Amino acid sequence: MDVKAVRNEFPILHQEVNGHPLVYLDSSATSQKPRKVIEKLDEYYRGYNSNVHRGVHTLGTKATDEYEGAREKVRRFINASSIQEVIFTRGTTTAINTVASSYGRANFQPGDEIVITPMEHHSNIIPWQQIAKETGATLKYMPLQPDGTIRLEDAKETITSNTKMVAIMQVSNVLGTINPVKEIARIAHEQNAVILVDGAQSAPHMKIDVQDLDADFFAFSGHKMCGPTGIGVLYGKKALLNDMEPVEFGGEMIDFVNLYDSTWKELPWKFEGGTPIIAGAVGLGAAIDFLNDIGLDQIQEHEHKLAQYAMDRMQTVEGMQIYGPEERAGLVTFNLADVHPHDLATVLDAEGIAVRAGHHCAQPLMRWLDVSATARASFYLYNTEEEIDRLVEGLQTTKEYFGDVF
Amino acid sequence: MSFNNLDTLYRQVIMDHYKNPRNRGAIEGDHMTVDMNNPTCGDRIQLQLQVEDGVVKDAKFDGEGCSISLSSASMMTQAIKGKPVDDALKMSEIFSELMQGNDVEDDNIDLGDIEALQGVSKFPARIKCATLAWKAMEKGVDEEKQD
Repeated sequence: MDVKAVRNEFPILHQEVNGHPLVYLDSSATSQKPRKVIEKLDEYYRGYNSNVHRGVHTLGTKATDEYEGAREKVRRFINASSIQEVIFTRGTTTAINTVASSYGRANFQPGDEIVITPMEHHSNIIPWQQIAKETGATLKYMPLQPDGTIRLEDAKETITSNTKMVAIMQVSNVLGTINPVKEIARIAHEQNAVILVDGAQSAPHMKIDVQDLDADFFAFSGHKMCGPTGIGVLYGKKALLNDMEPVEFGGEMIDFVNLYDSTWKELPWKFEGGTPIIAGAVGLGAAIDFLNDIGLDQIQEHEHKLAQYAMDRMQTVEGMQIYGPEERAGLVTFNLADVHPHDLATVLDAEGIAVRAGHHCAQPLMRWLDVSATARASFYLYNTEEEIDRLVEGLQTTKEYFGDVF
Repeated sequence: MSFNNLDTLYRQVIMDHYKNPRNRGAIEGDHMTVDMNNPTCGDRIQLQLQVEDGVVKDAKFDGEGCSISLSSASMMTQAIKGKPVDDALKMSEIFSELMQGNDVEDDNIDLGDIEALQGVSKFPARIKCATLAWKAMEKGVDEEKQD
């Protein structure tokens, strides 16, 4: 993979921040956008912006073709068996909430268990907390190993015949852990439970095959994979989605509307209330083309190398504490001696280096790690070893700067 | 490299309050407690106030956060202790103006160490860190008034 050529596709990267060339190490929060995606949005709004699936005019037909074409691109991207299984949502959060509300409300009863893990993002915790309260189901946590991994024995122990839903992230946005979701899906299915995989941190970085994983539901966001904000995907097995009620009513999702009763469109549109996220979907389609042109395997390999390089280099900084397992996705979460992550992020920012500081939308995991906050450097296809060198220099600077204090 | 820019944020007096916080702990005897957090970053402060006859008799805090939020809490408790509640609220207003980068002159109010936090106004992402303790104080005083 030619990283220099890749970088040239991202206009935003070529700027100075606080007098230094920008080093963007916050792609787990949101990725930057390649020219191809930006131009596609421009093309859509300049050329054929129109509402979809209604009217007969030419622009409407073009917009519909592009919107539905993007759905087919997503289908191939995750290897879903049908476009009926690909629902556009606002993002991962909306996708998970849709499943919790619709599937949960219809299927959970007192005594039923929902199994999640302490490493989940808030978006894969709170929807289950809420639906558990509403239905009387019990929320259960799978234990973690000290290095932040999950043992299959523990998964087997936690998932029982009372378990109705297992909801788990494929890649941790804090620890970088790559969870064995395929094996956990098998364990869930042995107990007749369904599994939802939160792919927000995996779909941008590795090949996804929902059929191979045997995931019942799979959720991810466009903006973390070079696409626009405000677009995401809920994949669900057709048989499950067919039995589920929509959670939003009106707009695109209707079939017949009578005075006192109405019917819904077929899949996938019955879950797409309102005017769909047309530009977002079209932009996501362009992002998928862009990622496919480079190759997900190449991207994953590049990030893996960067993560290993970062781990090696960062450990040379005195007082460095890195969280999570050795074998990890392309991110490193850490603390530096007694320097608070906000202070650290401010010093790095003064050097033009963007990292995330805080709880990373994973407060239960912060408590599990026994920290109030951490800093995180996360990598994507456009990052380089030179940028990691800049980070390490910045960390040395931080130590130097706060050296008198601590 | 030059630390000039950062030095406007991390003034020595701030780091001193961070390292040696004043009024950190709990009040014994009658007091009210306010918990406040900054959900975007996880900073948390617990502020305890003892208000008698419209005067802040004692103020203590505990919590976790960055140098800016904790030093601000330390300075705030120091500044309002022994002051009438109205003065404390006035200080909070002035502090808020300070964070917007506005110069505030009030001959009746001595900000003391707090002025060192003026540099925060140049770091918009950190303003919420500095105002957390003041927001907690305002909330506490508000609740006190309603009782």
